[in-house]
Amino acid sequence: MAPPAHWRRAKERYRLLGSKCENCGSIYFPPTKVCPKCRRKGKMVQTEFSGRGKVFSYTIIHAAPKTFEKYTPYILALVELEEGPKVLSQLVDCRPEEVKIGMEVEACFRKLFEQDDEGIISYGFKFRPIDDSWRNKQSQN
Amino acid sequence: MRETGVCIGVDGMIKKRDVAIISAATTRCGEQWDKGIKDLAWEAGVKAVEEAGISGKDIEYLVVGNMSGGMFVGQEHIGALVADFLGLNPIPSLRVEGACASGGIAFFQGYLAVASGLYDIVAVGGVEKMTDVEQEQATTALSGAMDFEWEAYFGATFPGIYALMARRYMHEYGLKRESLAKVAVKNHYHGSMNPLAHFRNRITVEEALNAPMVADPLGKYDCCPISDGAALVILAPLEIAKKYTDTPIIVKSSVMASDTLSLLRRRDICTLDATVNAAEKAFKLAHLERSQVDVIEVHDCFTIAEILAIEDLGFVKKGEGWKLYEEGETYVGGRLPVNTDGGLKASGHPVGATGVKQIVELVKQLRGEAEKGRQVDNAEVGLAHNVGGSGATAVVTILSRG
Repeated sequence: MAPPAHWRRAKERYRLLGSKCENCGSIYFPPTKVCPKCRRKGKMVQTEFSGRGKVFSYTIIHAAPKTFEKYTPYILALVELEEGPKVLSQLVDCRPEEVKIGMEVEACFRKLFEQDDEGIISYGFKFRPIDDSWRNKQSQN
Repeated sequence: MRETGVCIGVDGMIKKRDVAIISAATTRCGEQWDKGIKDLAWEAGVKAVEEAGISGKDIEYLVVGNMSGGMFVGQEHIGALVADFLGLNPIPSLRVEGACASGGIAFFQGYLAVASGLYDIVAVGGVEKMTDVEQEQATTALSGAMDFEWEAYFGATFPGIYALMARRYMHEYGLKRESLAKVAVKNHYHGSMNPLAHFRNRITVEEALNAPMVADPLGKYDCCPISDGAALVILAPLEIAKKYTDTPIIVKSSVMASDTLSLLRRRDICTLDATVNAAEKAFKLAHLERSQVDVIEVHDCFTIAEILAIEDLGFVKKGEGWKLYEEGETYVGGRLPVNTDGGLKASGHPVGATGVKQIVELVKQLRGEAEKGRQVDNAEVGLAHNVGGSGATAVVTILSRG
């Protein structure tokens, strides 16, 4: 991939940005240019998410493409943000056997992958357990 | 384009014509090192043309499903390639793409061409040569069915996306990995009786459960293989179909629907709304009820996908599909025989060909020509369901015996 393909979405990836329709208030992720509910009447603006949410579903990836191979087995989580939309990324600072649906998580800024030894290093959001709620639940168990 | 083929009604509007399948053929699926994309397309094409007893000259239009010739064999321009290698020049020949639903979409397009009256004899093919590249490149090509920027870029794999659906489904409906394994066991059982299947070995639940994990909770046997293969069917208006065959198979309906490209924006990740929408319309247009369907071919790219499919098609309530596998009801002889050819899991998944291959299997079933042990008794109505990506595209086609 040429550098522009990485740069183009860097802002959304670094700050976890989505789209909001000012006409109906709907919030979308991935960012989109049209509100399917309002279409032409809609007015889309960029919106920033708090980054807090809950694990809606997860998987442990054992077989990964070369770019992600060194992270295997890694947790890929579908996170439902507190604003409603769902986002997908790795869940880090958490062992595969600890992840649970409903677990409270927050976005963190991490390296996503290195294209190759001399290629672009891509950054973006990943998720990690929110310390207090998660650790407390662990100790109760 | 033939003017004589167009049906103008009394009000001057073009009327939909009844469409029939006059012949259907597939190659074997699997790793076919001695055959390239041209050889595969040629083999399926020649088989179908010979079966129909037509001359290549009779074919007026060709539509070919192919997902990624460019990534798999460095070859685009597949429409022209297939027309050329079947000796069909200069007819119009079109390649369509909708990831793993490319074949189903090709059929939908061919059906529209005949139903609209614009063409009489139309060939619908599907071809994919997947094993000429390393597995790494093949999986990269397949992951193009996802939203690249917001799924693959963040480390999602294609099995990973279906694993997210499976994990959520387990959480909501109490599904266990054992039931997923039973989907694969059933498909391998059916595949064992299909001489053209990629895998003809039977497996046990224990083998499936003990296989290496791919994307937890999906293991090796929850995932379909990478296959080479091609399929081709020939369509004609029903009124002239009898000229070519004693057993035309009627296309009652063929419907396509779309949904969000990524899994992130789905209304419910345990439901493929594209399947729901396509199925509703398909049954309405066919004037048929679910209870009248004898055999179904569904898109089991992963075991969880087969369970979601029978629910989303409306054969069983959401959350209860897996119970049919506990009861063995999806085997030939059961209440709802599913994937009698072995499905994508055992019969193989040459992606662009799969949607057409499913139609070929239904034609076989409805003509009563399937091999012993996997023929559904007196099958009169069949349904095919082909999905692209994680559900961004679905095609549902209903066929019946003429």
